[in-house]
Amino acid sequence: MSGFARRLAGLPWRQIAGEAFDRTLLAAQAFCAVHVVHTHVFSLAYPQGPSMLPALNLMGDVAVIDRLSARYRWVAPGDVVLLTSPEDPRKKIAKRVLGMEGDAVTYLVDPENIDTSKTVVVPQGHIWVQGDNTFASTDSRTFGPVPYGLVEGKMSYRIWPLKKFGLIDPKM
Amino acid sequence: MGRSHSHLWPLAKGSVAGALIGFTISDRYLTVVPTKGESMHPTFTASDSALRGDVVLAERGCLQTYKFSRGDVVLFKCPRNHTELFVKRLIALPGEWIRLPASSEIIKIPEGHCWVEGDNAARSWDSRSFGPIPLGLITGRVTHIIWPPSKMGRLERKWPESRTSPF
Repeated sequence: MSGFARRLAGLPWRQIAGEAFDRTLLAAQAFCAVHVVHTHVFSLAYPQGPSMLPALNLMGDVAVIDRLSARYRWVAPGDVVLLTSPEDPRKKIAKRVLGMEGDAVTYLVDPENIDTSKTVVVPQGHIWVQGDNTFASTDSRTFGPVPYGLVEGKMSYRIWPLKKFGLIDPKM
Repeated sequence: MGRSHSHLWPLAKGSVAGALIGFTISDRYLTVVPTKGESMHPTFTASDSALRGDVVLAERGCLQTYKFSRGDVVLFKCPRNHTELFVKRLIALPGEWIRLPASSEIIKIPEGHCWVEGDNAARSWDSRSFGPIPLGLITGRVTHIIWPPSKMGRLERKWPESRTSPF
């Protein structure tokens, strides 16, 4: 027993602890680097649902979310953005920006009836967002203009499927 | 890199690592925010510059679930200008009814929204002007005051009970 204790005491504990600390620190740094890039530079998103057809598929697309553009307000009408839903903060939605603050936006209240158009002016600090598929989209037509603060990032590139690699159609 | 600069390398590496860890903690867990303005007086000292105002500690854990309680003090992006950060008290939660102070009108808070007001009603620009705000604008919940030392401590929840009703 004393022999075992002596061998235990002879181990380079200080060196082992130092090495463990270094490894942990390295892992923590890697995690932090991933976090910072993910929340401040860019990240990936897997948009699902019919609201952005045909620009984005029902599912299976992988898009790059450019977070710098959102922060510095390099967002213009025609861009697709990812935003926190004003109706449920846990849900993220992808929509196309149709108007920035001060713009007048005309939309159809009922997409099947062309006589129901309405014009609104987007208030200060807000944007008007709509899905490309006006028949199956919950957007500013339902919940009104959204504060710019809800924009998480600009969705400008698709990286999957490879066949459609590149810019997401910037059409209006 | 020249031999004479080799002692700078560990320093640079250390500061980058420190910044990464600091940003991550501040984004995900806890952050320190200086306050200014008079809208939250007397909870926070009224001051015209961030240097003389109170410094508060805000937690980000609440952003995982967005579960708040009436009376929480929250940080949120101003709905009119996304670069400005406001700190106000949360008065009513989604689905609740609130009586507007100016009129006797009662409105229902829509789903995913909340009603925020400053403690100093006379000098606060809040939901009474811009209406209910989406919960998604909230970026943290203030839990403690950490500066000045005389006010150091946990923040209490309170709200005008007579004005809200859960039905």
